[in-house]
Amino acid sequence: MNVKKMAIRSITYRQKILKYIVGANAGHTGGSLSCIDILNVLYNEVLNVSPQNFNSPNRDRYIQSKGHCVEALYVVLADKGFFPEDDLHTMCRYKSHYIGHPTRKVYGVEQNTGALGHGLSLSVGTAIAAKLDNKAYKVFTLMGDGELPEGSNWEAALTAAHYKLDNLCAIIDKNSLQITGPTADVCNTDPIDEKFESFGWEVKHVNGHSLQELKQVFDELPFKKGKPSLIIAHTVKGNGVSFMQNQTKWHHGVPDKEQYSIAVKELDTALAAII
Amino acid sequence: MSASTDNQKMPGKANLDVFSGTLQVLAQADREILAVTSDSRGSGKLVAFGQKFPAQIIEIGIAEQNLVGVAAGLASAGKKVFAVSPACFLTARALEQIKNDIAYSDNPVKLIGISAGVSYGALGSTHHSLHDYAVLRCINNIMIVAPADNFETEQAITQAAKLNKPIYIRFGKKPMSLLTEDESNGFEFGKGRLITEGNDIAIIATGETVYPALQAAIKLQAIYNINASVISMHTIKPLDYALLKLVAANTKAVITVEEHSIYGGLGEACASFLLENGYHKPFKIMGIPDEYTVTGSQTEILNHYGISEDGILKMSLQLLGLNTDEKTKP
Ligand SMILES: [Mg+2]
Repeated sequence: MNVKKMAIRSITYRQKILKYIVGANAGHTGGSLSCIDILNVLYNEVLNVSPQNFNSPNRDRYIQSKGHCVEALYVVLADKGFFPEDDLHTMCRYKSHYIGHPTRKVYGVEQNTGALGHGLSLSVGTAIAAKLDNKAYKVFTLMGDGELPEGSNWEAALTAAHYKLDNLCAIIDKNSLQITGPTADVCNTDPIDEKFESFGWEVKHVNGHSLQELKQVFDELPFKKGKPSLIIAHTVKGNGVSFMQNQTKWHHGVPDKEQYSIAVKELDTALAAII
Repeated sequence: MSASTDNQKMPGKANLDVFSGTLQVLAQADREILAVTSDSRGSGKLVAFGQKFPAQIIEIGIAEQNLVGVAAGLASAGKKVFAVSPACFLTARALEQIKNDIAYSDNPVKLIGISAGVSYGALGSTHHSLHDYAVLRCINNIMIVAPADNFETEQAITQAAKLNKPIYIRFGKKPMSLLTEDESNGFEFGKGRLITEGNDIAIIATGETVYPALQAAIKLQAIYNINASVISMHTIKPLDYALLKLVAANTKAVITVEEHSIYGGLGEACASFLLENGYHKPFKIMGIPDEYTVTGSQTEILNHYGISEDGILKMSLQLLGLNTDEKTKP
């Protein structure tokens, strides 16, 4: 992995996320910034998914359970060549296919998500199919920590362990905030690791903003033969923009002109420090 | 009339048994076919299926939301998935999964609602599915099918296996007689089957209520010289508007019959079409009224609400303005 190149990507992706959120005057800013490093590593270093192989039954699958952070996904898919980035100027506009949650109308999107607690079941089904077909592809799903109280997640967690789906990897973007406030105050789901372990999963923690750590943990998949893998990615909501970090209000806050320009400058400074 | 008038003929199998038998035949020939169950292989008559094809049955346990989500994931990877669960749970608890993971994402799962309507009888309203047509009708991209007899069930399951679109098929577990021996009267999704043709009244029924509708029609002709068109409207969505138009144009009154709430099902679907297209004639929706049903067996419940040969006969006479008093029979 070219760390420098990857780090540049992460910052560029952040700038684009903000740009298109401002353009659409809508979006889930904080969560998109907390999961973008995970998506960067997945799409550039882990998944065998490209516009060329997207219809191949052997491609890896990425299903974004936390569909509301679609801007992060759009920016990465555009970068990977699934569609012209210019399309994102239509995001959330009248008649655009680029709506505020992922849909299959956008090339590169596996499943229509947005209602929470769906991605894990969909991923479990896809992973069972891979086992039945003796196919080597892996299935990844990105969940928010705020969606864990959805009961369907725990139904799916049981099934994943029951069928020994070591070709399945769930990633929790643990930014510890949700729309109302700290996840621990809304409905405490900690300790997440012990819960999943007791359900039969193998769990690892990672700094969700360390590209090297993320790459390394993905390289260790499956964590244990015969068990589904969970990565708890410790992240910061709004990561990369000082005034958005760890602020509940940036869950779906849209920066105004001045805020946007400050944010872009901060990211430019970070970029200059790398280059 | 093309239909058999032999009222005494032996009933066939339960549509449920035909489903499980047909699925076995299909699964034998096509290893991509899977049954996904929620601790429902017994009630779905799939025990033998599981024994014969252990690699083609996926047990989820009692977790309908996960059942539907997993089924969608399997279908997205190319599997031909029959997700089998009691209709009451499948279409209520897992409705969001049906909407998003199957219909909206266009994953071609075949949802099989077993023991539909009031099949569970005295087990009560938790186990009745009188809402399924209504809730699924307003979800885009899912077909709704209720086969009437063994022939329609076998056809529906066989054709669904080849279908690359989401579909919901529901049926009950009581033995059913064939509606007609006429083999030229085929089955195609979205095309109602005209079982008898008559110009006095149209009786449009779906699922297992077609049979009592047909029996009522036979009596209407034999006793009152009233000729009824009886339609098996097995596909509730998309509705066969052409056939509806044809029978509405040629008859004096229209009755719809379904083992479902009178709200939101076949009857209201027909009503809105007829009204919007200028067919203003006596019209009645026969189904379960807006209440938790009276306690009883399936037959007792259906009889209680007039969803029976006798009830449909009386309603037909009433709608045509004839006296229903037994003594005035000719
Ligand atoms: Mg969160």
